[in-house]
Amino acid sequence: MQETLQSFEAAGVRPVAISVDSPDQSRDLRSKAGYTFTFLADPDAGAIRRYDLLDRGQGIDGHDVARPAEFLIDRTGTVRWRNLTGDYRVRARPAEMLAAAEKLR
Amino acid sequence: MKRWNWLLWTGLVLSLVAFASYFLVFARWPVTRDVPWVNFLLFIAAMAMLVAGVRRALVPPATTTRKIISIFVASIGLTVFVLFASAIFMGTSRLPASAHAPAPGQKAPEFTLLDSNRRPVALSQLVAGSPRGVLLIFYRGYW
Repeated sequence: MQETLQSFEAAGVRPVAISVDSPDQSRDLRSKAGYTFTFLADPDAGAIRRYDLLDRGQGIDGHDVARPAEFLIDRTGTVRWRNLTGDYRVRARPAEMLAAAEKLR
Repeated sequence: MKRWNWLLWTGLVLSLVAFASYFLVFARWPVTRDVPWVNFLLFIAAMAMLVAGVRRALVPPATTTRKIISIFVASIGLTVFVLFASAIFMGTSRLPASAHAPAPGQKAPEFTLLDSNRRPVALSQLVAGSPRGVLLIFYRGYW
């Protein structure tokens, strides 16, 4: 995943990961997985709700979490591509995301 | 010497391993998370052993106790398999509809969140600071 994300950065697109994990939890995940891109913490799911991605009570311990989704946003702040997975275990294939990123000019 | 029905008990243990290993191990990699083929293979092997174990228990000398135990153990193993298969397939229809998620052409809603160094970062900052744009990756989180 890290190599794909480096391709995004080379294409001028900045990957940003968001979840209900706290900054400490995402710092752990980043260092364990060797990710260098930005991780943002949304523990009260405010941004997650604004994007209508709330999955109630589906976290461990029954916490609310985000359903997985990706949004490609251009320099004007407009969504240009999105992926809402139908299966909570499947995320967008990197190749699809990269193809969408290449179209941003 | 009492003969031990290893097929039956190994089948049960394998069934439990097939179940637990998905959540503990295989769910971490997309290739085995999306379609848990390794776990299904383990379950098939477990079911085969349980069937063989039950058949062995029915062969003379087949005490009633052994027959009952073998059916019981095999049922547990089968139940674990059914629970696993249900969890995997039912997980897909349970996702919220997200009808109001921003669609292509719409403005991405603004937010300000803390990064992993606890510094506040706004979406508008990220967008302005990037040559072509930003890819937001919302993920479930593990905690």
